Amino acid sequence: MSEAVEGLPFEQPASFAFTPEYLAKAQAQIAKYPEGRQASAVLPLLDLAQRQNDNWLPRAAMDHVAHLLGMAPIRVYEVATFYTMFNLRPVGQHLFQICTTTPCWLRGSDQVVEACRKKLGVGIGQTTPDGKFSLMEVECLGACVNAPIIQVNDDFYEDLDGPSTEALIDALSRGEKPPMGSVKGRQTSAPEHAQKTLLEVPERSAPGTQAGAGDRNAE
Amino acid sequence: MPKLTVNGIEVETPPGATVLQACQMAGVEVPHFCFHERLAIAGNCRMCLVEQEKASKPVASCAMPAADGMVIHTDSDKAKKARKGVMEFLLINHPLDCPICDQGGECDLQDQAMAYGFDRGRFEENKRAVKDKELGPLVKTSMNRCIHCTRCIRFATEIAGVEEMGATGRGESMEIGTYVEKALTSELSGNLVDVCPVGALTSKPFAFVARPWEMKKIESVDALDAVGSNIRIDARGSQVLRVLPRLNEDINEEWISDKTRFAIDGLSRRRLDRPFIRKDGKLVEVSWQDALETVASMMKRIPGERMAAVAGDLVDVEAMYALKALMGSFGSGNIDCRPVGVALDPSVRAGYLFNTTIAGIEQADACLLVGTNPRYEAALVNARIRKRYLKTGFKVAAVGPKLDATFPVEQLGEGPEAIDRWTETLKAAKNPMVIIGQGALARPDGAAILARVRKLAEETGMIREDWNGFNVLHTAAAQVGGLDLGFVPGKGGRDTAAILKGCEAGEIELVYLLGADEIDTSRLGKAFVVYQGHHGDAGAKRADVILPGAAYTEKDAIYVNTEGRPQLARRAVFPPGDAREDWKILRALSDMAGKKLPFDSLPQLRKQIVEAHPVIGAVDAVTPAAWGNFGKEGPVDPAAFVYPIEDFYRTDAIGRASPTMAECAAVKAGVAPGTPMGGKTGTHG
Repeated sequence: MSEAVEGLPFEQPASFAFTPEYLAKAQAQIAKYPEGRQASAVLPLLDLAQRQNDNWLPRAAMDHVAHLLGMAPIRVYEVATFYTMFNLRPVGQHLFQICTTTPCWLRGSDQVVEACRKKLGVGIGQTTPDGKFSLMEVECLGACVNAPIIQVNDDFYEDLDGPSTEALIDALSRGEKPPMGSVKGRQTSAPEHAQKTLLEVPERSAPGTQAGAGDRNAE
Repeated sequence: MPKLTVNGIEVETPPGATVLQACQMAGVEVPHFCFHERLAIAGNCRMCLVEQEKASKPVASCAMPAADGMVIHTDSDKAKKARKGVMEFLLINHPLDCPICDQGGECDLQDQAMAYGFDRGRFEENKRAVKDKELGPLVKTSMNRCIHCTRCIRFATEIAGVEEMGATGRGESMEIGTYVEKALTSELSGNLVDVCPVGALTSKPFAFVARPWEMKKIESVDALDAVGSNIRIDARGSQVLRVLPRLNEDINEEWISDKTRFAIDGLSRRRLDRPFIRKDGKLVEVSWQDALETVASMMKRIPGERMAAVAGDLVDVEAMYALKALMGSFGSGNIDCRPVGVALDPSVRAGYLFNTTIAGIEQADACLLVGTNPRYEAALVNARIRKRYLKTGFKVAAVGPKLDATFPVEQLGEGPEAIDRWTETLKAAKNPMVIIGQGALARPDGAAILARVRKLAEETGMIREDWNGFNVLHTAAAQVGGLDLGFVPGKGGRDTAAILKGCEAGEIELVYLLGADEIDTSRLGKAFVVYQGHHGDAGAKRADVILPGAAYTEKDAIYVNTEGRPQLARRAVFPPGDAREDWKILRALSDMAGKKLPFDSLPQLRKQIVEAHPVIGAVDAVTPAAWGNFGKEGPVDPAAFVYPIEDFYRTDAIGRASPTMAECAAVKAGVAPGTPMGGKTGTHG
């Protein structure tokens, strides 16, 4: 599961160490926890390690984190393999995490997947030969109101359909970085066209009176 | 004291007990897989579901604390249905390979499936397949069978103290293993085979050897270290096929070390099964008559003070007693049971025992290790120290080279000068203890170090009416027995070092080695060497006459462990070929030499031993020993201690003959990567 994306040949690097910049960030995380509870920082540290290492987490990095936190390496492996967000092998420059859970699926995630497949020539769990794109199918990303969604590395692209997915891929291939959020241009999760609710200011009745409650019921 | 009702039986449980324990107290057995009374509670197999009145769902009894007024039903329809459901889920992914599974016949899942399993599966999809893991030369894995009870993870983490096993992945992809393929670095890894409730972890050397019901089971004790672990020997025909632990809360709880469990294949290799006599530099097979006559005639000819005897590490009390009596009858006081020359003598019994007792470690609150690495010398003493550490954060300090311990150790220094560096901590502790090992005693200044540690014990309040914190950790099963018998030089007699010196100088003409392989045989000079023992090891190589004896699995014998606890080993199989029980050989020899020993049977011999040495009569008990003055004050060499055991797996003739132990040692040394799957594969062939 955690090794979902294949395609890139790879070798486990022999060693890993945080760069001074990342080490400072790591120490800031460790400092958040009381003495003796440093192991709690394992998730943020693994995330930092993954960011430093082109979006994947080699075993040496897990060992390094274990060493920093005074944990047994196996305890770190357990965490790293549990969360699907850790990539245990190299992924493409743009990691497409396509949500296909029910709301996205109802809103047409099949077309999104199909567009990716067609455009990139690779299927779910694969990486394009040029190492630019990886496709991954994920469960709910928690943005159902703007379904369907693709998470590209850290950014959400929402309200996708076939053509807009292809356009997204084109833009990324050109080296552009399209603005994240709804590709239809809606503001966060506001209604798609015009505002449909809260169009008028309701008349306020005096607080606590029966009349107020009665009015609402009458509507 | 919560009171609850289990199936209509009212039970009162100690505070902190679980519902499962309450059920057990009521005499009701609750099926379970993940629960193990010596491990942390996981509560993940769900097999122990019971019905609790007023609870909406069945509860996992292993994880539910017993509370006052609970009404529990373990055999109601609801409880049974819940367990059947759990069993069905467990069997979804479990292969139906019982006929070729080594756990068959002693498998918890198999047994419980008889009661709660359904006779067909409703699961139409494919079972999941999991790659087998490589855990070294001792534990074979068959991970398709794993039911994820996590007992092995908890055992490795808690008892063995090597955090190397874990569960990686999640959900359907969860796998138990080490993630990075490697052999477990524990001396207790064989116990994983016992804790695994299914056939996922089985014994590699025992793979496809025998079914449990084909073997004769004999309750005995181990002699490969000085702990005296209680074991059950499983034998078929003339061969010991496996060794399992036997519960003894005072000694090994329910664990045994890997050496105890797996060195047994050494019992059928390099055995001395015929008497031999060296003729023209070559050992030639002879009859017992010839061999004994040769030795007897030598003994008759040579004066007592020119004879000597050394007893080795695996020798039982009876044989040492018989040899001591025989040497005594020739007027020889040159006998010694300390082949490596440890500075212990029998004058004060408390001076050579593990007085605190192994179970007593659980009362201690600070422990100083002097020249000992309990992890290799007595893996189960080490496990007990770790247990104590986990419970209370027990403080441990060590004098000696850096320890690779399974608990935090404060290194005080490498040599004797560091012994006094921890006095304040020991004084502040309620029940302080010190463990002095062979690394401190087996050196020329051993007696002075012993005296210093005795003084330290006295000064730090270790010696009280209700507490004795002074401990000697032995490495040989024979040692305490030998000291109890007084198998040491008599008046004017020579100890091992003097015997060897005498041999080199030609003053000793006959040396009787009773299983003594630990001495430097190159120093035996021109002496006539009689070797009585069971393995063709160092002693036999140099011998002029070989009298084949019996190993600890082949004789009824008494061994006294490091605590001073005499225990009975029982014969599981007969000695191979012409080999005989050791006391019988000595009795026959004495007859031929014209000094007939006054016993004809084992009961008679034992009666004499107990009359002369009453402590040995208190079988299975520890007789508290009186404190006294021991050791010899004197100058101490500041040189660093050297731990007696470098290679845990091959400390004795049996271990050295064992291919399994050789493989373990090679893996440990990094020479061999560990043979993948041990040559034999489970479901593949």
